[in-house]
Amino acid sequence: MKTPKQTSAAVKSFDIKRLKALVYKETLQAWRDPSTLLIAFILPVVLLFLFAYAVSLDVQHVRMGVVVESPSAAAQDLAHAFAKTRFLDVQFAHDRRELADQLVTGALRGYVVIPQDFEQRLTLQGKEPLVQVITDGSFPNTANYVHSYSQGVLQVWSQAQGFDLPVPAVVLEPRYWFNPELESRRALIPGAIAIVMTIIGTMLTALVVAREWERGTMEAVMSTPASVAEILMGKLFPYFILGMLATLGAAALAVFVFDVPLRGSLGALLLLSAVFMVPALGQGLLISSLARNQFLAAQIALFTGFLPSFMLSGFLYEISAMPAPIRAITHVIPARYFVEALKTVFLAGDIWPVFLRNLVAMAGIGVLFFILAKKATKKNLQ
Amino acid sequence: MINLIRLRAQFIKEVLSILRDPRSRMVVFVPPIMQLMIFAFAATMEVRNVNLAVYNQDTGRWSHEFLQQLDSAGFIHEVLPVHSQQELEELINHSRVIAAVNIPVDFSRQIHAGQSGQVQVLVDGRRSNAGQITMSYLSSIATQVGAQIRPEEDLPTPVLVRHWFNPNLIYRWYIVPGLTGILALFSALLITSLSIARERELGTFDQLLVSPTSTAEIIISKSLPALAIGTILGLFMAGAAVFFFGIPFTGSLALLLPSLMLFILSVVGIGLMVSAFSMTQQQAILGAFAIGVPSVLMSGFATPVESMPIFLQWLAQAIPLTHFLIIVEGSFLKAIPAREVLNHVWPLGLIALSTLSLAVFFVRGRLQ
Repeated sequence: MKTPKQTSAAVKSFDIKRLKALVYKETLQAWRDPSTLLIAFILPVVLLFLFAYAVSLDVQHVRMGVVVESPSAAAQDLAHAFAKTRFLDVQFAHDRRELADQLVTGALRGYVVIPQDFEQRLTLQGKEPLVQVITDGSFPNTANYVHSYSQGVLQVWSQAQGFDLPVPAVVLEPRYWFNPELESRRALIPGAIAIVMTIIGTMLTALVVAREWERGTMEAVMSTPASVAEILMGKLFPYFILGMLATLGAAALAVFVFDVPLRGSLGALLLLSAVFMVPALGQGLLISSLARNQFLAAQIALFTGFLPSFMLSGFLYEISAMPAPIRAITHVIPARYFVEALKTVFLAGDIWPVFLRNLVAMAGIGVLFFILAKKATKKNLQ
Repeated sequence: MINLIRLRAQFIKEVLSILRDPRSRMVVFVPPIMQLMIFAFAATMEVRNVNLAVYNQDTGRWSHEFLQQLDSAGFIHEVLPVHSQQELEELINHSRVIAAVNIPVDFSRQIHAGQSGQVQVLVDGRRSNAGQITMSYLSSIATQVGAQIRPEEDLPTPVLVRHWFNPNLIYRWYIVPGLTGILALFSALLITSLSIARERELGTFDQLLVSPTSTAEIIISKSLPALAIGTILGLFMAGAAVFFFGIPFTGSLALLLPSLMLFILSVVGIGLMVSAFSMTQQQAILGAFAIGVPSVLMSGFATPVESMPIFLQWLAQAIPLTHFLIIVEGSFLKAIPAREVLNHVWPLGLIALSTLSLAVFFVRGRLQ
């Protein structure tokens, strides 16, 4: 009668040596798989590079047409002012019909029409609009740029011509803190680190643990003296380290290559990343024990982990502008808190009130995910 | 080499392997549609419900007027009055407000003197995009107040703007057709990249190889279910765009449907290539991911392709999504003509042809 009690005691006890062996085994397994290294080290570099150069929200080389219908010297001069702008790639025409087709094909994003009676309009000193701007509204962002650039070019030009517009009564002087040059990459790259960590923490662990369930090796490992806690810690620990290494690498790239300042401390960055790994890993674990096969786990991780961290974390789109039900969903997305904290630690500095509220939220969600994962694992075993 | 009866049997087997399990049936169709619904509303380029701090040092009439306009502005959730510069800075630092307005002592006096009243606006650069949009909203409020102060100078803007295809620049009209392509891409990519890798991991691929079936048959039978699922998903989402989101569809379905199928086919080719390279399902999924994510970023969905560095512009031409986005956005909003569709269909065809034949090649290479 003694033996079962002894074994159950042995099963429950927590053994550091056993844990070490498990961690070693999992580390080897992760390290030997080229796909792990692809996701942890190559993909982050590619992502950061793309966020710095491809997803820049600072639109440049916008292809624009200028239709000069008026033969006057002033009209020619204005047309040249457009051509000189470095944000626009300008193409000239004398007939607006020539350009309308190009708007449909996307060869142009918009065009300015300097009308026949441009000189006359000039003498009216602003009583009539001077030019007409047509944009390709199917790309709303670019359409806005075309509009505001044209307005800017016209304003600068008319001031240089001496057609001073009256002094406005109220003038706003904006000052953008933390990012005075408004380089979009400075706001995007810290957020991109959150995406990388979500991929490693949630996606990778969901797959790794789901594979064990799918192959049935999870039950095999569970029947060994190792406890569930040891097995799971052994599984998660290498990915925790991998995530932290990827963060460090990405932060180094951000600072030394992409010119993003790190105004906060490295310690704060590491603390934030370490705490973010808790909900990220917890979510991965939860997904794997619910799905128990890799295809399902991948799909669920994609749709509940990766895409929300992209779209609903405040990384690309402002959370405050979303409808109330979606704002409610964002509260359980750990990346939301991580993105805010990351932007602060990189661009603003160590502002502990911001960190604390985000740390608490991430840790809370993490604990919740782990409790749910534990329940799901138990159910799987019964 | 290709036997239709054999092909049919394999096709049925492939469809079953994806759709037999009720959970994976659900996971194939439900999440993409849910994502479409959520992201269509989440992705906006507007600013709403933001807080603003105001430090008003002026006691004159016009700052009062300006503040009243701010209070009634629809995009502001709350205006927080503060009484020192320090408090102002703290609210920004702690991300409590997106911007802080500082009205100096002589604001009204300057206006009475015929000068401009200067208002300093501190904007949180961490939210650089939303900050700029907030700034533009505030500017139009400033213009309104200015018009009240000097009604005689209320002039029209020197530029008359007209936005074609989407006159009110509704962001959803842009995002939903694009999401249709992106979500169909991820579904097709995941399904196909797993197809061969799963068999290999489970060991059934060897059985398939010793059967009389040919490599071309394997590739075709693995392509078709993903093609069907991707096309159905894409069509369903396009339908939702029209009937649920009320986005005008001005192009022709007869042009969009073959383009969609060709797009999915080229994605399937990429997925099968990944699958042929992968030894395990994990490698296949992660490989698909490492290709899918960058291709969305480079496709021109987030920023126009012409704004990217020239090297990335070339690379973008090899990405199926780049071409499909032009076709699908054009079909919805721009009544894109057949000639223009053709200009983007042939690159899709080329990509599909080369990726599918490479997939055959790699699978064959693995056999020896």
